[in-house]
Amino acid sequence: MSDRDLVVLGVGMHPWGKWGRDFTEYGMVAARAALKDAGIEWKDVEYVAGADTIRNGYPGFIAGSTFAQKLGWNGASISSNYAACASGAHSLQAARASILAGFCDVAMVIGADTTPKGFFAPVGGERKTDPDWLRFHLLGATNPVYFAMFARRRMDLYGATSEDFARVKVKNSRHGLNNPYARFRKENAIEDVLNSPIVSDPLRLLDICATSDGAAAMIVTSRAYAERKLGSLNGVPRIRAVSTVTPTYPQTILELPDFATDSTAVVSPPARGFKDSLCWAAYEEAGMSPSDMNMAEVYDLSTALELDWYEHLGLCAPGEAEGLLRSGATAIGGRVPVNPSGGLSCFGEAIPAQAIAQVCELTWQLRGQAQGRQVEGAKAGITANQGLFGNGSSVIVSV
Amino acid sequence: MSVSAAGGVTRVPAVEGWYTLDHEPHLIGCRCAACGTYVFPPRSGACPNPNCDSEELVATPLSRVGTVWSYTENQYAPPAPYRAAEPFEPYALAAVQLEKEGIIVLGQVPKGIMAADLKVGMPMQLETDVLYREVVDGVDTEFMVYVWAPAGPSAAESIGGRS
Repeated sequence: MSDRDLVVLGVGMHPWGKWGRDFTEYGMVAARAALKDAGIEWKDVEYVAGADTIRNGYPGFIAGSTFAQKLGWNGASISSNYAACASGAHSLQAARASILAGFCDVAMVIGADTTPKGFFAPVGGERKTDPDWLRFHLLGATNPVYFAMFARRRMDLYGATSEDFARVKVKNSRHGLNNPYARFRKENAIEDVLNSPIVSDPLRLLDICATSDGAAAMIVTSRAYAERKLGSLNGVPRIRAVSTVTPTYPQTILELPDFATDSTAVVSPPARGFKDSLCWAAYEEAGMSPSDMNMAEVYDLSTALELDWYEHLGLCAPGEAEGLLRSGATAIGGRVPVNPSGGLSCFGEAIPAQAIAQVCELTWQLRGQAQGRQVEGAKAGITANQGLFGNGSSVIVSV
Repeated sequence: MSVSAAGGVTRVPAVEGWYTLDHEPHLIGCRCAACGTYVFPPRSGACPNPNCDSEELVATPLSRVGTVWSYTENQYAPPAPYRAAEPFEPYALAAVQLEKEGIIVLGQVPKGIMAADLKVGMPMQLETDVLYREVVDGVDTEFMVYVWAPAGPSAAESIGGRS
């Protein structure tokens, strides 16, 4: 094992749902669960990396200190990160940097959110220089609009069908059925998806992930600390890579929340687009390849986006994701199950917690503790996640 | 900028400086004075090309015609600050690739033209349409937005012609 590996000593979550309570209540449940799982005390934590929520006022903007205070000031150093949907992974990266730099040995990574009902809308007020405000005002370009354009390209370029998209939902609904942390635990048939109303053509209500309340936390430590505590690290999940790279100019895919792409008039597009580069930076850091992965937790903001991730992750070539799905390779029992947790499809999105939750799931899977959804014999897995404004992440965990 | 339309209605752009409201409207982007790359929406300040340290982005008209990169159709009213008509009428959006500028620009599609009427690769042309109508200081005002409309045969031909 590499000296640059981080040990995942403990993970914890609060179930996902929609209750509208104070987000710190959920976070405390996740934090206490992660501490218990790690077998350490709160006073042992030297660093708290909080993933911010922007819809819950001041405490949300300073998540690191909010949770450090809520757990009872213990003198730990803190940081608070906002990186849209990738906030949780950016927080993990902050904790990792602090540990690998030798500033601390034990860190808590935590994110929690309470979400409003319906479409995500921009922060209030009239802000005519804010592209996020303007895309709603001028175009009515909600998040599903962007998801739908990716889906439509799969249809027009690769011959994907609404049934293909529905199959992703059917698979994930089966995966999440026994996950105690999932919000939606109901098996869906293809017809259920096809009979749900169209939101942004071609995507239907059941193709698009909901917004949820939820919280996730983990305790990560230096290798030396974990060895002192556990003796052997055999079978203990380790963080092998954390990628948080940004796009390389010119970004040629129209991404949320932009009005336009960069221009290719004077600079040719990079060999790898943004989402490919997120995943490949993780593979390169870990010294691993797609064929080493036994599972993946990907950001299925829509069913069709899960198919895009198969290709960005290198699980198949561009245009082949529908075939990979239909072959059963990405279902539990297949070659490389995708979203064994049930994914966003069964959770809905709790933004600052979501990228952490992806790592929690890989951890349970690698320990053989994913009851009712276990990927048998899994040795390594990867996460993939993307948010607004060039934020994204990919994390590789292995035993 | 405002334009008087028939019937005493004044037309103004819903956002200043992004597009013209003349007979043959076009988007206003910017071009870097040093490296020549394009940006939309228009802005001042640094060139986005990491190999260029220019601070001079010059407003420039963008091509009126391009091809569909992708498209969708909103079946539910978007939330504020979109001002949805009541009752809400579904409408389409298209992202259109401009060949000369090498950019893709997202816009609404004129009312009544739906997703079923569109296809990736289809030629489109820039027009303007009413986003919402409101009486401002006693003046009946239409707030205009740019839209991508399916292009006629003559516009479609000019897509290949690099100006």
